[in-house]
Amino acid sequence: MSLDLKCRVGREAFSLDASLSLPPKGVSALYGPSGCGKTSLLRAIAGLDKATHGQISFNNSVWQSDDVFVPTHQRELAMVFQEARLFAHLNVVENLNYAFKRVPVEQRRIELDQAIKLLSLSNLLKRRVDGLSGGEQQRVAIARALCASPKLLLMDEPLSALDRNAKREILPYIEGMVAELNLPIVYVSHSLDEVARLADTLVLMEPEGIVAAGDAPSMLTQLDLSLAKDFDAESIVDAQVTAHDDTYQLTYLDSAVGQFSVARKSLAIGTQVRLRVLAKDVSLTLKSQTDTSILNIFPATIREISETDGAQATIKLHSNGVPVLAKVTRKSVDALGLKVGLDVFIQAKSVALL
Amino acid sequence: MFSPDDISALQLTLKLAAISTGLLLLLGTPLAWWLARSQWRFKFLIEALVALPLVLPPTVLGFYLLIAFSPNNWFGGLMMSVTGETLAFSFMGLVIGSVIYSLPFVIQPLQNAFTMISSQSLEAAATLRASPLDRFFSIAIPLARPGFISAAVLGFAHTLGEFGVVLMIGGNIPGETQVASIAIYEHVESLEYTQAHWLAGCLLLLSFVLLILVYASNRQLRIMRT
Repeated sequence: MSLDLKCRVGREAFSLDASLSLPPKGVSALYGPSGCGKTSLLRAIAGLDKATHGQISFNNSVWQSDDVFVPTHQRELAMVFQEARLFAHLNVVENLNYAFKRVPVEQRRIELDQAIKLLSLSNLLKRRVDGLSGGEQQRVAIARALCASPKLLLMDEPLSALDRNAKREILPYIEGMVAELNLPIVYVSHSLDEVARLADTLVLMEPEGIVAAGDAPSMLTQLDLSLAKDFDAESIVDAQVTAHDDTYQLTYLDSAVGQFSVARKSLAIGTQVRLRVLAKDVSLTLKSQTDTSILNIFPATIREISETDGAQATIKLHSNGVPVLAKVTRKSVDALGLKVGLDVFIQAKSVALL
Repeated sequence: MFSPDDISALQLTLKLAAISTGLLLLLGTPLAWWLARSQWRFKFLIEALVALPLVLPPTVLGFYLLIAFSPNNWFGGLMMSVTGETLAFSFMGLVIGSVIYSLPFVIQPLQNAFTMISSQSLEAAATLRASPLDRFFSIAIPLARPGFISAAVLGFAHTLGEFGVVLMIGGNIPGETQVASIAIYEHVESLEYTQAHWLAGCLLLLSFVLLILVYASNRQLRIMRT
């Protein structure tokens, strides 16, 4: 049970050889710069790109091989594009129904009402689609894709055409959808922010092809990949809300690393969240400091130190098995005698809830 | 006012225009779709062929049709054996002539409308389990509605005004092949200006009303869009 591909996509001017196996659950992000073929790969999976050669199979059904080509409408998938691509001659609920009524009754796993509720569309149902804002249109497009009861959802940079506010408005809907539906998603993005928030599996792409693939927390902290070299390199830590502190207006979260304290959030106790720790916000100490203003301090072991000629070195640590990155100056590496295997303490100056 | 022959000429004209328009929409829709979507290298040849009636003198078109309708010809012979009568000087012959004569007036608005439909909507429909035929009927045709209105009205109006082709292949048999435009010509030849006036005014009014319909519906669609 998985999505397996071994194919060549593209035409003369551009072609990409891809060999990939993605798990049939959670969000798999195809991440890379513009023009590296992420969208082409997604279109190949959807069967929208006739110039694809090779093997594509999903859950034991072969979608494409040398002598098979299952047309798009017979693949049990749905796709959300960069543009909403709503049907202009239909209103909002008719757009949703277009997808819903084409699913045979016994294959319906997502009801119309459920999709409307997940994307909060109940006030928009009778509206003409061209009167909607960009964010509303994209919400309708996502709901419409869900109404097709897909077994695989493809999302091609669904937020990139939206302004910052609309992005902020839609991301929680996508997260809610991921949490509520047991639906594997392949998500194409060139935004590390979206990937860090959503991805369970991360496929790193460069113009020359797929560079690496693996689970998101370890991919983000792999020193030999471009992700960790980035100025905004980050680690992600899965955590759970355990308590709120009324006196200091803080929220406490439990994770494998230890207890995190962040500015109070209105989240129910027990909520699963993802924390993002930017590498440049992490500093290292040899002893556990008590005379510091920093609250989030955890023991960790140095696993790897990047080779560099510049001022900054990137250090990968493990804190109770969770990979965390720190960016410190090379001068400090020498001054503190930091080396692989050394037990140290990490201080996270700021932690963001994703 | 109208003589019995004039009335039957008007009726015949409307019947011819209605049947030809219906046939043109049936035949023209798939052809226009193909012209709008095909990547075929030599598509321009078909486009030129379809546009030919726009520039060809109607007598030339009529002359070749007359030849084709002859029972000695394979086409005329085939039709003769199927229907038992010759196409020349028959209503059926007029319909065939009108369909060819008005073809570009139906194809071009349809082709334009189909070209405007982005492949984006059609792709989206494909990812929502719609088969190619389903996409054509559920997406392409509704989105091309203004094109269909223009095509139907232009095809109808253009057939109303047909003269040269009808004269060549239909002659001038009252009640059978005499259409309004030819009846007008007859009246003028016989210096019956009053009767010519009535018929001509009738065609003028009808054509004007039809064109008003086209432009009004286009305008309304534009308003709905914005």
